[in-house]
Amino acid sequence: MIAVASTTVDLARAQFATTSIYHFLFVPLTLGLAPLVAIMQTIWHRKHDDAWLRLTRFFGTLLLINFAIGVATGLVQEFQFGMSWSVYSNFVGGVFGAPLAIESLAAFMLEATFLGLWIFGWGVLSPRIHLATIWIAAAGTWLSAYLILVANSWMQHPVGYKIVDGKAQLTSVGALLSNEFALIAYLHTILAGLIFGSIVMLGICCWHLLRGRNVELFRRAAKLALIVAVPVTLLQLSIGNRFGEAVTSQQSMKIAASEAQWNTCQPCGFSVFQIGGFSAQNPNPSFSIVIPRLLSWMGTGSFDGKIQGLNQLQAQEQQQYGPGNYMPRIELMYWSMRIMAMLGVFMFLVAAVGAWLYRRRKLEKTRWFLWTAIVTIAAPYLAATFGWILTEMGRQPWIVQGLLKTSQAVSPNLTTATIAASLTVFVLLYITLGVVDFVLMRRYARVDPPPADTGAPTGAEAAAALSYGAAT
Amino acid sequence: MSLESFWFGLIGLLWAGYFLLEGFDFGVGMLLPFLPRRGSERDRSVMFEAIGPIWDGNEVWLVAAGGATFAAFPLWYATMFSGFYIALLLILVLLIVRVVSFEWRAKSENPRWRTTWMLANTVGSFGAPLIWGIALANLVHGVPLNSSHGFAGDFLDLFSGYTVLGGIAVVSLFAFHGATYLSLRTVGDLRERAAAVAARLALPAVILAAAFLIWTVIVAHNRNSRGILPTAIPAALTIGVVGAAVVLSYARKEGWAFALTGLGAIGVVATIFTGLYPRVLVSNPTFANSLTISNAAAGHYALKVITIVAVIFVPVILMYQSWTYHVFRKRIGGEQVRAPVMASREGGGVARG
Repeated sequence: MIAVASTTVDLARAQFATTSIYHFLFVPLTLGLAPLVAIMQTIWHRKHDDAWLRLTRFFGTLLLINFAIGVATGLVQEFQFGMSWSVYSNFVGGVFGAPLAIESLAAFMLEATFLGLWIFGWGVLSPRIHLATIWIAAAGTWLSAYLILVANSWMQHPVGYKIVDGKAQLTSVGALLSNEFALIAYLHTILAGLIFGSIVMLGICCWHLLRGRNVELFRRAAKLALIVAVPVTLLQLSIGNRFGEAVTSQQSMKIAASEAQWNTCQPCGFSVFQIGGFSAQNPNPSFSIVIPRLLSWMGTGSFDGKIQGLNQLQAQEQQQYGPGNYMPRIELMYWSMRIMAMLGVFMFLVAAVGAWLYRRRKLEKTRWFLWTAIVTIAAPYLAATFGWILTEMGRQPWIVQGLLKTSQAVSPNLTTATIAASLTVFVLLYITLGVVDFVLMRRYARVDPPPADTGAPTGAEAAAALSYGAAT
Repeated sequence: MSLESFWFGLIGLLWAGYFLLEGFDFGVGMLLPFLPRRGSERDRSVMFEAIGPIWDGNEVWLVAAGGATFAAFPLWYATMFSGFYIALLLILVLLIVRVVSFEWRAKSENPRWRTTWMLANTVGSFGAPLIWGIALANLVHGVPLNSSHGFAGDFLDLFSGYTVLGGIAVVSLFAFHGATYLSLRTVGDLRERAAAVAARLALPAVILAAAFLIWTVIVAHNRNSRGILPTAIPAALTIGVVGAAVVLSYARKEGWAFALTGLGAIGVVATIFTGLYPRVLVSNPTFANSLTISNAAAGHYALKVITIVAVIFVPVILMYQSWTYHVFRKRIGGEQVRAPVMASREGGGVARG
């Protein structure tokens, strides 16, 4: 193995983290907002109530602004495996490449084509077909997410492969696609998408309710957002917990790190908050709030479950893989897990209180709640970011759990100067895009929804039919 | 035919689809500042609308080509993408600003805002095909590879007379292809102007394409020990097709001219891939280090799996994308223009993109 300077590895990691986290600020909103817009358009289609047409167009505009930047940043994701991580790409391509190739052929093609049809198809396609296009585009985004998570989950928990000549080869596509890890990660991600969609939608509705314009319209939209938000935020608490169990059995080190659990315990209490206790030299927190037995239950499903400790796992992995540090960054893992989980609970509470207020017909009058819902828009973004930090950094030092280390996966020809320059380019570009996107989203989230009578095809453009071959 | 050869051909097909489809939307993007009369914002909007519904579906052919390379030939993907790092970084930046320009331009009426995003689109539309042309030409021309098939050169190794000509020829052909597309999709003044520009772009396109393709035959022979004939056949056919497109664009046969510029775009990829086979990335100066369809391939089982997926989905994609083109077959840009559909602060632009 050619040694690559550790700064190069660090910079390549920083670039991957930056671009992936950034990409995932936009993807989950698309995952959630696409079906919500499809639902709004379906209600309009069924009831012929123009209010729903206006809402479809209003939230559809936000979906598209968001979608564009998701597409743009998605290209980087596909390219940079090969660009920065060629050793990784060559090692995993025989397994990991398949879901990516399938994703582009089966899912992304569908979503890109049908979203184009939906945007430009108003008045061109029949209403039924036009409605179908947004559903197909939404289905494409969900299928896409599944295949990407199949690929990512293989890095967390490799299945269905053998190693031939130092490279991973696929041996069972069934095992790859039904990887337990992938299925739970997929559920977790789809629920996150729906939380994004419904919480962002709720926050925007509350802004309009606070302003007191289009109240009737945004009350209806808020109702839809709440109908989605309450069950999905609740379900996410349970799925997130189930995900934790899968991690406990497959990636014990990740769970031990996220709990700062230095020694094996049974039963284990859950630390809600602690000061100190994040280093091997100082494993005991100077202050902590612990709920007895909760960690056992969260990690194993039993109140008497055993959770392995960092020290024991470190010794075990050293024996198995040779000397080295097999622990991720404990303090970061600990807080990432807590911030994510607490934001999850918080979002459920916001949704539940919102639903209660709505039922009591007090939603639009309860100003503190309206403000809270607006601020809560930030919560899914933070939760998703910390979730990915936990998932990806919790796997370190491995890039593929147990098979390949991150430090050995970088492109050997990559120089520190090149990666430093490209990271700078991405950071500057992404900041610019982020600012523009934020300004546009904010502006289009605050306009009055368009009146229902715009957008009828004026027909004049249908001047001459385009006919291949039969030129004038 | 072995699965490795099948996937080599399929990746060629995906690149051909990308050149055929995104080729004309790149061409339209290149013409944005030049074609409209006195920088007419309305004409620009019509041009955006002409490619608005389909550019994203076109670009996915690139994503598919990348994904297919990763899955079928991991080592090709690894060496090419890491070796072409700076070139690909530039392509990513160009494509990113171009992608967002479609959606963002129409989001404000401010003339400076609109001009900025139009120019972003144009710069991306020139730059990305230029670099893709250089990159694909390098596959045949060869780059320094070490004994473990890793890239052993630097960014400047990608530039030679031949590869740069490849980039320029692709840009020129796409500009021509975009002009024939616009002449087919628009009405009135814009259509006339597009047809006139197509006629002006035609001759440079065929000359550059012919020079590049003939050179490709020679390079494939010298650097990749290919016989002259296998590469000369697609090269000659392509030159003939683009030559015919020149005549047809002079004769204002818009439909045929577009069909043939499209075939020309496909032919360029076909010639490069024929000249490349059975290697996927030629090594120069040490030819023995070249990557081939066998030493770069994934395991047989993985190839079988993705073959089944491709055999099912590629025809389905062709069906629904063809249908999309059928839906948006009407010429646009008449006296009246479509009212904005989505929410808009100022009352909206002519077209959404």
